[in-house]
Amino acid sequence: MTVYYTKEHEWLRVEGDVAVVGITAHAAEELGELVFVEAKDEGTALSQGDSAAVVESVKAASDIYAPVSGTVVGFNTALSDDPSLVNRDPEAEGWILKLRVADAGQLAELLDADAYAALIA
Amino acid sequence: MSDSLLRTPLYDLHLSLGGRMVPFAGYDMPVQYRAGVMAEHQHTRTAAGLFDVSHMGQAHLRARSGRVEDAALALERLVPADILSLKTGRQRYALLTDGNGGILDDLMVSRLGDTLILVVNAACKDADLAHIAAALHEDCIVEALPKRALIAVQGPQAGAVLARLAPSSVDMRFMDVAEFEVAGVPCVASRSGYTGEDGFELGMAADGAVRVAEALLAEPEVAPAGLGARDSLRLEAGLCLYGSDIDRDTTPVEGALEWSIQKSRRTGGARAGGFPGADIILGQIAGGVSRRRVGIAVEGRAPVRGGARLFADDAGTKPVGHVTSGAFGPTFGAPVGMGYVEAGFEAAGTPLFAELRGRYLPAAVAALPFVAPGFKR
Repeated sequence: MTVYYTKEHEWLRVEGDVAVVGITAHAAEELGELVFVEAKDEGTALSQGDSAAVVESVKAASDIYAPVSGTVVGFNTALSDDPSLVNRDPEAEGWILKLRVADAGQLAELLDADAYAALIA
Repeated sequence: MSDSLLRTPLYDLHLSLGGRMVPFAGYDMPVQYRAGVMAEHQHTRTAAGLFDVSHMGQAHLRARSGRVEDAALALERLVPADILSLKTGRQRYALLTDGNGGILDDLMVSRLGDTLILVVNAACKDADLAHIAAALHEDCIVEALPKRALIAVQGPQAGAVLARLAPSSVDMRFMDVAEFEVAGVPCVASRSGYTGEDGFELGMAADGAVRVAEALLAEPEVAPAGLGARDSLRLEAGLCLYGSDIDRDTTPVEGALEWSIQKSRRTGGARAGGFPGADIILGQIAGGVSRRRVGIAVEGRAPVRGGARLFADDAGTKPVGHVTSGAFGPTFGAPVGMGYVEAGFEAAGTPLFAELRGRYLPAAVAALPFVAPGFKR
């Protein structure tokens, strides 16, 4: 299991060929409290950089982009009733969606924890 | 960039309270504090929130004759509200209109002795005061008060807090104005605000603002609240944000604000018309308008924001209006919004569809306010 990060402040936890995707604690802090989270329907095929989900904070809506190409295979339904779970536990219980990774080669281009920490430092 | 932003007298206090500062109307203002927007909103609805609104424009309007009635009659040349009947110690909501019937700004007008006290929006204050001075200078003196601070304390426990700090405040009712000291600082207080709750707005000299704010914050019921909570509170209360819900392209009647035009200023009244755009505005009161501001409730939890288009059908083929303000309403527990719809679609309950990210969400016209007011009548 490896955790990757993106410059768009997402994280991916890859287990086999499935990536669990969420937003980083830094992003959750910047966005403020979330009031709505919605992902693309299961089965939707996404190219890297496509909008995969939308998070609405008290202030504004923000897109969550597919960090790698893949197919949506899950959504954290706990967020439907309690979007602020993302704020309380952004990098674990507050995960947003699962993607079946189409091109594992794209993972190599993502950031590791140290590189991401340097990005937001 | 922040070097060019203005600061209110409470700037350092905001920083010490963990305020997250953002540019707003030329000022560096707290959008939230450590508690966050939702908690600050809920605290204001259940206890009392303290808001720095010192960025708003304050001014005194006095007649050269010294007679406050002359100042009131002069101001009536610029606003459709009845100012002459405003008694000393009372406040009223008014609109500055232009010759097309558009709204230049909304403001609060108070009468205290021989003075009318105006509170206008921050982004409009220079233009408003120039407009008022240009129109009324022969009869009136307009004194801008850039050095004065304004602090709002809002919520169901605001009355109990003020009763402790300024016992004479207990006699005030909604839209009353009075003078008293808080923590030794002379204040001009109105029992009004922008949240739909009971509460006060306290104007004072800049050098007393921190003392008043700290005295209020020392009370157990009071917590600071930022611009984020101020916006969701006013939206649930159905109150307009100038520049979003009303502007030069909307008239008071389109904006559903004709309640602010008293009978004396309407057709057949003792001082009918006589304000900019009167023919258009009074004509609309008599003959109706082609669009109206309404509340918008959306199904589900996704907030529909300002700019979203509204349709009569779920395929998005028949446009009937647009949203002007929208957010999640923490007290309402669902998205809240307001916007304009064509005549015929303004009745509460009328089904609509709001465009959001390429889809058409079921919505409906909602009666305003979304949350029952807590005013002390």
